[in-house]
Amino acid sequence: MTPLIEVRGLHYRYDDGTTALAGVDFQLESGESVALMGPNGSGKTTFVLHLNGLLMGEGKVVICGLQVQKKHLGMIRRKVGMVFQNSDDQLFMPTVLEDVAFGLRNIGMEPEAAAARALVALEAAGMPPAAAGRAPYHLSAGEKKRVAIAGVLAMDPEILVLDEPTTFLDPPAQRSLAGWLSQLPQAKLIVTHNIWFAAAICKRAVFFREGRIVADGPVPEIADRFGWDFAAQPAN
Amino acid sequence: MHHVVLDRWSRGSTAVHRLDPRAKIVSLLLLLIALATAKHSVPLLAFELALLLAAGFCWARVPVVGALARAALVLPFAATFAGIAWLAGDPARGLSLAVKSYVSALAVLFVVSTTPLPTLLRGLEAMGAPRFLLEVAQFLYRYLFLISEEAQLMRAAAAARNASLEAWRGNRERFRAAGGALAVLFVRSYERAAMIHRAMLARSFEGRIPTLSINRFTTRDIVFVVLSSAIPWALRFVTAAS
Amino acid sequence: MPSPWHEFCDRATVKDNVHIPDGFLATPVWAALDLAAAPSVAYMARRAQREFDESRVPLLGVLGAFVFAAQMINFPVGPGTTGHLVGGALLSFTLGPAAAAAVMTAILAIQALVFQDGGILALGANAVNMAVLGVLAGYLPFALWGGGRFRKLAIFGGAALSVLVSALAALSELLVSGVKMPFPVLGLSVALFLISAALEGAITLAIMQALARIQPGTARVDHKLARSGWSRMLATVSLATLVLASVGVLLASAAPDGLERLGEQTGITSRMRTLIHTPLTNYRAAFLHSDNLSKAAAGLAGVALVYCACLALGRIAARNRSL
Repeated sequence: MTPLIEVRGLHYRYDDGTTALAGVDFQLESGESVALMGPNGSGKTTFVLHLNGLLMGEGKVVICGLQVQKKHLGMIRRKVGMVFQNSDDQLFMPTVLEDVAFGLRNIGMEPEAAAARALVALEAAGMPPAAAGRAPYHLSAGEKKRVAIAGVLAMDPEILVLDEPTTFLDPPAQRSLAGWLSQLPQAKLIVTHNIWFAAAICKRAVFFREGRIVADGPVPEIADRFGWDFAAQPAN
Repeated sequence: MHHVVLDRWSRGSTAVHRLDPRAKIVSLLLLLIALATAKHSVPLLAFELALLLAAGFCWARVPVVGALARAALVLPFAATFAGIAWLAGDPARGLSLAVKSYVSALAVLFVVSTTPLPTLLRGLEAMGAPRFLLEVAQFLYRYLFLISEEAQLMRAAAAARNASLEAWRGNRERFRAAGGALAVLFVRSYERAAMIHRAMLARSFEGRIPTLSINRFTTRDIVFVVLSSAIPWALRFVTAAS
Repeated sequence: MPSPWHEFCDRATVKDNVHIPDGFLATPVWAALDLAAAPSVAYMARRAQREFDESRVPLLGVLGAFVFAAQMINFPVGPGTTGHLVGGALLSFTLGPAAAAAVMTAILAIQALVFQDGGILALGANAVNMAVLGVLAGYLPFALWGGGRFRKLAIFGGAALSVLVSALAALSELLVSGVKMPFPVLGLSVALFLISAALEGAITLAIMQALARIQPGTARVDHKLARSGWSRMLATVSLATLVLASVGVLLASAAPDGLERLGEQTGITSRMRTLIHTPLTNYRAAFLHSDNLSKAAAGLAGVALVYCACLALGRIAARNRSL
């Protein structure tokens, strides 16, 4: 079976010359959920930005059989749904409904159809229909995250990428989000420091260090090995 | 912050709120022009229009006293010039100035307190105003509250560090510190815009910001426009004639 | 203007620059300026947009919100007084004049609608004053001298000029509309304009210097402009026009008997002649008996000035490829 994501030897350097990714190999199968863990600055976010062509480095990046290059970006961005860390930067339209419908309108859907589909997505995200006309400013952090995810899910992606989704969320909201995400059929890539959250949704984890993936295994094992869990002793 | 109050009022669900924004915009402009171009019995006309608007606020379930108070934001500026005119020997002119300013502001407030700003801006776009500018205004409004909060936090943080500086040296230092704070806020805003753009691209943005369709103009909207435009002009001619 | 500049902590905007409310301007004046503003602003918006690509909208919107927020940060001026940034010049240095004009227009619209700061019929006048003339006046010194030894002075001067020109334009419009302003009031207003102009210069300079430390390259002068002889000349002429027009207005308001005539003759209900002239702009509408006609003529002259300014701006913007 063709893997959903296939990355071989990915290198990326910032404008000022620092190496962000020093040769990353990664593979994701259909329906798999993987947690991306590692210290800050180890390249996790930089890596995921390559998956929908927001960054383009050297090496092979193939999404659902398509090479990440300019001519495929339209198709790839429909297949990869990305949820960024800061929901305020993602909910940029004046109302919730317009925001969720944003992607749908961009791919050419008519306004009425886009609005209808957006409402469905909002409902699936656990938001009441009355929320559709609200301004994003007035939502709580948990609600914003749900709306952001709804906006991405509305486009029916095959892969869901979430960058540190639990930032700004209180424990009940985190639990609720974990419950919802683990029900979703899409393959998931979750950048997170939160071991509990990772374990609730993902079976597999990869550990980044200095621009490379240095370990790949079940979540508890990775957490234990690198001392990423508060309960464990720090390993060397 | 007081724009939060306006935001709340504008999200009501009365019949006025549900009118097409274009209808309200057209009526507003006609009322403003009727008032602005009036030359005779201006204070009386202004009073009549104020009553009309107060009735409108009641119908829209917007707190009348709150609205009247908010429109009074123009008064310091207007009253100053009114006072000057009075001192210069033309009190009639001064009064005319003050009441025109006040009632005009009240009329604008009526539309803005019964239409959420994004809807109002979409209405303007549907009427032919430059799309690019209106989109900029939409984004501005969307991020206004957020960035203002950031600025307030910076202000508080700066204030917390200033207590020990001497008076005159404090001023110069504070000036530079404020400049530095604004530079940081500027850079953060720039970076935020880059993040927003990134999020837009991730959802297939191709260069044109999409909108959802606006309401259709109904009979109710037409009736509203006709009545609410005719009444101020009728009042004006009646008042001027008497 | 002479009203007290109190600081209200929870207001997003403090009346420091002149947003003319509805009811102040004479009909020919606001109508002419609305007519002048529409194409100018549309032109700026098109230039800022660059071929129907709306990718810049988030940046411009967010920086507009920044300007609003910036108006809450207080800069100490003297004992017990504070001032704040107006922002037109800063925007033009960092975004270029067309985008700055677009942002300023959006700011004015939001201020008028949400904060009741500035009228709706008067929006054209406020846009001409602040989004067109103010931005242009601020940008020109920077475009001409911002790349050389006099950079600091260019920044300070540009920012100060932008506030001064906006305020003086507003003042002229009010005077032409017949708003009564006896000499002491006028003098006080002008003095306050000069102070706020200097303040804007200082604040803008402080921010630009801090920016240069945090993120160098945010405000670069387009060197193509600096080298091209034709645009430099056009820019210099436009700048000179604006400065002389401002000086002219200042002088006209300073002359006591010129003022008496202004006060008596520019009443809306008066049937007397209107005579307002500044050296370069030929606002002369004397010897016309109908006051409406004279005001329309004055308005048209204003429109002509704005169109010339926009033409110059367009030439410069066409050569300006910064950001």
